[in-house]
Amino acid sequence: METDRLIASEPGPELESDTMFINMGPQHPSTHGVLRLGLTLSGEVIKRAAPDVGYLHRGTEKLMETRSWSQCVVLTDRWDYCSAMTSNLAFSLAVEKLLGAEAPPRAQALRVIMCELNRIASHLIFLGTYGIDIGALTPFLYAFREREMILDLYERCCGARLTYNYIRPGGVAADVDEGWIAKCREFLEYLKPRLDEYDALLSFNPIFLARTRDIGLISAETAVHWGLSGPNLRGSGVAYDVRKAEPYCGYENYDFEVPVGRTGSCWDRYFCRVQEMRQSARIVAAALASLPPGELRTKAVPRVVKPAAGEAYAHVEASRGDLGILAVSDGGAAPFRVHVKAPCFINLAILQEILVGKKVADVVAVMGSIDIVLGEVDR
Amino acid sequence: MNGPAAPAVKRTGIMLSATRYWPTEIWKSPWSLPRYRAGAAWLAGILLGICAVGAAAGELSAWGGRLLALLESTGLPAYATAWIWLLFKLACVIGVIVANGLWAVWWERKISAHMQSRFGPMYAGGFHGWAQTIFDTIKLLLKEDVTPAAADRVMHALAPVIAIAPCVMAFAPVLFGTDLAAANLDIGVLYVFAFAGVSVIGVVMAGWASGNKYSLLGGLRAAAQIVSYELPRGFSVVPVLMFAGSLDLAVIDRAQAGYWLGFLPRWFIFYPVVGQLSFLFFLIASVAETNRTPFDIPEAESELVAGFHTEFSGMKWSLFFLTEYGYVLLSSFLLAVFFLGGGAAPLPGLGFIPSWIWMTGKAMLMMFVFLWFRWTFPRLRVDQLMDFNWKFLLPWCFANIGLAGLILYLLGTR
Repeated sequence: METDRLIASEPGPELESDTMFINMGPQHPSTHGVLRLGLTLSGEVIKRAAPDVGYLHRGTEKLMETRSWSQCVVLTDRWDYCSAMTSNLAFSLAVEKLLGAEAPPRAQALRVIMCELNRIASHLIFLGTYGIDIGALTPFLYAFREREMILDLYERCCGARLTYNYIRPGGVAADVDEGWIAKCREFLEYLKPRLDEYDALLSFNPIFLARTRDIGLISAETAVHWGLSGPNLRGSGVAYDVRKAEPYCGYENYDFEVPVGRTGSCWDRYFCRVQEMRQSARIVAAALASLPPGELRTKAVPRVVKPAAGEAYAHVEASRGDLGILAVSDGGAAPFRVHVKAPCFINLAILQEILVGKKVADVVAVMGSIDIVLGEVDR
Repeated sequence: MNGPAAPAVKRTGIMLSATRYWPTEIWKSPWSLPRYRAGAAWLAGILLGICAVGAAAGELSAWGGRLLALLESTGLPAYATAWIWLLFKLACVIGVIVANGLWAVWWERKISAHMQSRFGPMYAGGFHGWAQTIFDTIKLLLKEDVTPAAADRVMHALAPVIAIAPCVMAFAPVLFGTDLAAANLDIGVLYVFAFAGVSVIGVVMAGWASGNKYSLLGGLRAAAQIVSYELPRGFSVVPVLMFAGSLDLAVIDRAQAGYWLGFLPRWFIFYPVVGQLSFLFFLIASVAETNRTPFDIPEAESELVAGFHTEFSGMKWSLFFLTEYGYVLLSSFLLAVFFLGGGAAPLPGLGFIPSWIWMTGKAMLMMFVFLWFRWTFPRLRVDQLMDFNWKFLLPWCFANIGLAGLILYLLGTR
């Protein structure tokens, strides 16, 4: 029935011809992981697109029920592995809410710095892989060169480069020293001209514009109806950002703008992310300037976390959207239930509507602009 | 609450990242680095060395003449001499195409690497990985030749052959220097374009016979694209043919000899407006003809995996690549002959360097442009590609022909 509706929504009469079904993924170079898209084609035009998820399902929500609260942070790293800090943060905030605790000021500032650096790193991956989707191979290497510096900063601070386990209930795991701060400033200084370079190389490239400007349009209304969040929502012109709407970790103290798009095209979503990198760099610079001294972990969170029975919901603006954690405790050492409102999973669903009527070449342009990480989609 | 908070981990000592290379230093002043200066010196040395060797060796066409005279003096019957000479020329052309495959792949890898702040091949052979593609070829020869179960076996095996054979044949009249060509044809331009257009049959066959939907889409895209871009490619050189007054590549080459005002070479690219326009049109159409970015629709790897050659492996696959690089070389030589004066020296007084060095140098410059495009531009969509051809390129080619006619009429030379 759903199929019929999607096919019936195709405008205008056309010639009767056979359709062809092709499997895009789970082993396709541009499905960004193990997403499978079942495409029904008429020539090169898509009649129906059915995303099929679950190839990377590891059952982390269930696994959490057998681990202690602090061990669960490790599992959050594995959701959105391009932006693990924000997942750490969302879970830690939920646990802190359950305990009624709050991280000390220095830890709050470090969380902001790390999350914003991670947003830059994550959007750099998006920029590089989106370039590859459209056929520009070179920006990918440039983006990874810059991301490598962020990973070096992470390694120097917490020892890990991908799955950090850095932000924990009650604070953060490790402190930064003066050398780290100097390196970080050096990186921000270096990043700004590079972002302008990407604009010249990719953002305003006429071919890139032709491929993305009028493609994959999502109106603000549709975006809200499908529950999009993050840059995908803001690309459609809805200025919703959890950092502004419900500030956490002291985001209300930093001066930054929420970039929004105009038409909700692929290019708008792309450029929202590019602008967000600039804003994130601004936040990091401000946070480094006003980094307060003090404790890293609050005494209110004990070594063995045993929150009283109850539930708490915390959500943060992760790199890919509004990441929410519902944590339920029955008073034991392990969570009773943890539910993840994963932005990638929800953003992905809109593909079945906006891909219909597009060409095969547009599939990668649209799918890339939604920017999914399968680790978070399947969890 | 039970127990004190865990102490924060204090990390001291040298982490890996403390010694890792950050690009911030190099970005400030690359020329202050000895490595950059040494690299530039090496490049200059190699180029000067090639010029010196060329100047010492002289014209290759003269050596060819001497070789033919030697062959004729052996007393063999005339038909035997003719056959041996023909086979020798064929071997030379095929050698050029194969060597070009080795060279172009290595060069493309190096260029792409340096554009992407990488090194590319550095180990095989010692000096900057010069032997990398040779080892790659050995690997490809040893690879299993897989034919998918769904494939049409005969067509699948025949497709790469049909793709590469016209490529080799198209090289017959191509000038590698002034008067240095395998065959002297007075309809050379027509011949080259005719044969270059045949390869598309091999590509469509490959797409169809693979029994793979992605390959099929790739093959059909290739057919539409290559057939469409034949037109602007042919029409964009019509102004050149009008000015030179011949379809013979050797005549076109000779028509560009000499200098205006004593220093500006009389190359077609320096003909005001007409020359630059037809150069651009021919360049764009050539890039499209060779299926390279931004027109690599048939093998768009982010959409169609690898397009028509998805299901090919080993030497069959590498034949497709040999064809692609063969056509890039062909286009480069054609660009050099049509627009960059062929074997003529760019400045008066440089004539002591033989024409084959100039010709090859110009062709390599054009080949660099091809590679440069590939690693800079994103890819067009298939319908945008067609729109660009039929609504922009072709009409402007006609306008350019009209302009050339007007200039010739006003000059009163025709």
